[in-house]
Amino acid sequence: MGIMNFTGIVLKNLFSKPATRLYPFEPQQYKERTRGHVENNIDECIFCGMCQRKCPTGAITVNRENKTWQIERMNCVQCACCVKNCPKKCLSMGKEYTTPDTVKVVDTLQKILTPEEIAAEEAAKKAQQEKIAAAMAAKKAAEEAAKENA
Amino acid sequence: MATRSIVPFGPQHPVLPEPIHLDLVIEDEKVVEAIPSIGFVHRGLESLVSKREFTEYAYIAERICGICSFMHGASYCDAVERIMGVELPDRAKYLRTIWAELSRIHSHLLWLGLLADAFGFESLFMHSWRIREKILDMLEESTGGRCIFSVNTIGGVLKDIDDDMMKGFLTELDKVESDVRAMTATFLSDATVINRLRGVGVLTKEQAHEFGATGPFMRASGIERDMRQLGYYAYKDLDIEPIVSNEGDSYARCEVRIKEIFQSIDLIRQAAEKVPAGEIAVPIKGNPDGEAFVRVEQPRGEAFYYVKADGTKFIDRFRVRTPTFANIPAMLEVLKGCDYADVPIMVLTIDPCISCTER
Repeated sequence: MGIMNFTGIVLKNLFSKPATRLYPFEPQQYKERTRGHVENNIDECIFCGMCQRKCPTGAITVNRENKTWQIERMNCVQCACCVKNCPKKCLSMGKEYTTPDTVKVVDTLQKILTPEEIAAEEAAKKAQQEKIAAAMAAKKAAEEAAKENA
Repeated sequence: MATRSIVPFGPQHPVLPEPIHLDLVIEDEKVVEAIPSIGFVHRGLESLVSKREFTEYAYIAERICGICSFMHGASYCDAVERIMGVELPDRAKYLRTIWAELSRIHSHLLWLGLLADAFGFESLFMHSWRIREKILDMLEESTGGRCIFSVNTIGGVLKDIDDDMMKGFLTELDKVESDVRAMTATFLSDATVINRLRGVGVLTKEQAHEFGATGPFMRASGIERDMRQLGYYAYKDLDIEPIVSNEGDSYARCEVRIKEIFQSIDLIRQAAEKVPAGEIAVPIKGNPDGEAFVRVEQPRGEAFYYVKADGTKFIDRFRVRTPTFANIPAMLEVLKGCDYADVPIMVLTIDPCISCTER
């Protein structure tokens, strides 16, 4: 049993640099892999909704019609599950933590389409509809033919 | 006969990091009986397993508790891997071992700080947590999170520790070791600390066995049992000797945990030397069907995981028996007959983790 065992540490501590950082004056140093917040490169996004389905907390909402991608920052637990499952790899983890807030922040990202993209999409939609219509017509014809045969 | 009175202890108490409530039956400053009640932080994480896909649940499993997080996640994945018959790549096993040991160091340093705080040695508390910060930095550098790592997935791990990073960790661990060694002198031989810990809350070997204590709480009473000897992850290739003390008092528990920090540092060095190159994860196919259980040694003791799956992507049942839950009966036995002023120290020396206990 001894006394004054702590003196060495105290003295060393007195004459060394502080272990902490003067935070607001010295900026926060993030590590390379820090999972701070989810980022979405919206131009690459195809609104497949995979992130929404895989999110353990249900923080992400994807709307394919309006081309919006929404995240509730308070619900997100930074597990990077969405980033892992993103087929286009447009999701990534940003290093900075989101700032504290008094309201539940919901970030909405919307993809603004160029005229060519809109035209391409409409053409694709039209082609799809035509395809469906053709398939329906073929089916109807086949049914009628079957009826006539019977 | 002296009059008996009941003093409520917790769920809010300066010494408790988490809510547990004890009704202490006091007779002349001596505790006659302690009646526990838990259930203040129940979140229903076990039943959530049937509502989330089994691959996603790995992220939820590790959020059972902020300190033992890695082991919860890894053990859940381990159990599902056993059901699916997935053999992990060796590198993934070693990485899990390294992260598990780093978690153990940071958990024990946290506990040492809380203990110092409980007996009023504020600066020792600060120093323990300063050292712990270095471990947290390492964990953040390798996994991206300080306490919740999210690196486990069914079939392996998601992040790798390359050679440069490992070298940096080993240098950093040398510093941590010398810092902890300097602090050990205060914890284990300072008069003020010994007066508060020696002979307080003695749990005999028979009692430890009878009440089913686990972990450092049990090993401090002289039972040699460490689940790491079962050889899960890469522990089968490493030398592990359970650290045992025979006194069974609070001082012995402190001693066991300090020695375990050095043991963990040694294990990380061994693992860093032996870690093979190769893949860190294997792809998985299909859904699990069957049941499996896993026993692991968490910082607080032996944890038991049971998973039952029925061939769908939602698991049927997930059950965790946590070390704190096993330690509470033994703690109540220790509390009988102690001084009222020693109750905080005794409650703390089992290293209670109530989030784990209630899930």
